[in-house]
Amino acid sequence: MEKNNLKAWLYLLPAILFLGIFMVYPLIDVFVYSFEEGYNSASQTFFGIGTYNYSYVLRDPYFLQALKNTFILVIITVPLSTGIALLISLGLSSIKKVREWYQTIFFLPYVTNTLAVGLVFMILFKKTPYSDGLMNLLLSLFGVSPIDFMDGPYWAKMVVLCFYTVWVVMPFKILILTSALASVNEDYYKAAKVDGTSAFRTFRRITLPMISPMLFYLIITGFIGAFKAYSDAVALFGTNLNAAEMNTIVGYIYDMLYGNSGGYPSYASAAAIILFVIVLTITCINLLLSKKYVHY
Amino acid sequence: MKSLTDYEKIGRSKKRRQAAGKTVTYVLLSIWALIVLFPFYWMILCSVKSYSAYNSEYIPKFFTLSPTFQNYVDAFTAVPLAKYFANTIIFTLATTAIMLVVIVLAAFAFARLEFKGKNLLFTLFLALMMIPNELVIITNFVTITNWDMRNTFMGLILPSVTSVFYIYLLKENFEQVPEELYKAAKVDGTSDLKYLCKVLLPICKPTVTTITILKVIECWNSYVWPRLITDDENYFLVSNGIQEIRENGFGRENIPAMMAAVVVISVPLIILFLIFHKKIMEGVSRGGTKG
Repeated sequence: MEKNNLKAWLYLLPAILFLGIFMVYPLIDVFVYSFEEGYNSASQTFFGIGTYNYSYVLRDPYFLQALKNTFILVIITVPLSTGIALLISLGLSSIKKVREWYQTIFFLPYVTNTLAVGLVFMILFKKTPYSDGLMNLLLSLFGVSPIDFMDGPYWAKMVVLCFYTVWVVMPFKILILTSALASVNEDYYKAAKVDGTSAFRTFRRITLPMISPMLFYLIITGFIGAFKAYSDAVALFGTNLNAAEMNTIVGYIYDMLYGNSGGYPSYASAAAIILFVIVLTITCINLLLSKKYVHY
Repeated sequence: MKSLTDYEKIGRSKKRRQAAGKTVTYVLLSIWALIVLFPFYWMILCSVKSYSAYNSEYIPKFFTLSPTFQNYVDAFTAVPLAKYFANTIIFTLATTAIMLVVIVLAAFAFARLEFKGKNLLFTLFLALMMIPNELVIITNFVTITNWDMRNTFMGLILPSVTSVFYIYLLKENFEQVPEELYKAAKVDGTSDLKYLCKVLLPICKPTVTTITILKVIECWNSYVWPRLITDDENYFLVSNGIQEIRENGFGRENIPAMMAAVVVISVPLIILFLIFHKKIMEGVSRGGTKG
């Protein structure tokens, strides 16, 4: 076939232009920013080149708080959401009646506006002078005295954040796991049935190995997603996350960029690169582990 | 004789165990369905309670006997919700439309045209998929600020009009269309653009629809970029609009009016979902992720 170089590049021009300006250039630029010390966004000047931005960010108590919050969030929500999603998907694949209904309902949170529905969660958990809120009402049935979830102790706020995060990420995980379970060849189950294998053993020896690639895919994307948590926290605790002690790393980046404490793209860049390195490390560890456990 | 009853017994107990297992499964699934649906029920319920009724309930009631639509009136009159809504529609439509043009052209070039460096360029495109948004948003913020595009639709739209993933998805789909059609079109002297619009796009309509819906959802829910790039209320989208309403809108205590705004914001996507749920779920399971 004849080569039509010029025409092809013309077709690609818009995509290349947009990707170049808004992805490739920023990618290089963010590293440059992160090493420019004392950058002033008004005059666009800086004093020198070095690693001061990194050491500033790593010593900033707000960043350390954000780091701690993010790690707690990741450690709690990733295993919890993956576990529950696996349980629900197993349940879904074992029934036939109204299964589609359940699937559709379970997927609903995916299409909702995180910020808007976060407000609903806030009022469900909120304790005001007028009312203890619905969640406390529910807890009082079990004899738990009212807890101020939204403005109270650190762990209570973290519980709400984790709960909402799990609620938000669940649809995607259920969807992926249900389709993974559906793609397991029926013959394996029939063979196991003939042999009289117990349900638990069937699950461990057949189901788990067969869906392990998808499970690991979910764990990896789950880690990446949880490390980038931000909108969920804003939805629950408002834009001033530092005051609520609920900031996340991504929240710290945006605060450094813009807002009351903003105007420091260098610090934001350094924080973003630190986040990127953390995510990359975790993903590599996950991939190494997956080599050991995943059956392709 | 005896052994037969044994079998019967085993069979019966097995059936009973299965029935019990089924019940447990349904109960667990229903509990999760309840957790998913309850916030939606609660926001609709709160949105039709009157302000005084809501605040006088020390123990929240699970239903209301005197629903009111005053809160919806308030949501549209006391705060510029209609403005946020209109902005979001403009933003969503413009972004999705421009993106479709950009990615269709690019996908066509990768799928059907031959040119030097095609494979290298495609590999580079794929590599871009791994770049997290958080890394590039900082410079984009500075770029848009330097271009004086803060608080403009251009500033909101431009950075999100390309998606490498959708280019990839569409290219794969284009390639499944038999190449003979393309060659036949060439012989007939049909131009590439005409072939693309009259043949390729109609055949690949399902994928294009899926991409469109996913992009619309993404646009409707986008929060971070609008928040960074706008501080003028006239350009707020629903996400940062609802945040503004929460912090400075009705006054912090007017929860029912706030919930009315939340319902108004959530409804369009829920309707979209109810119509297209098969397509959306299929599209997401093919590789979409949230955010």
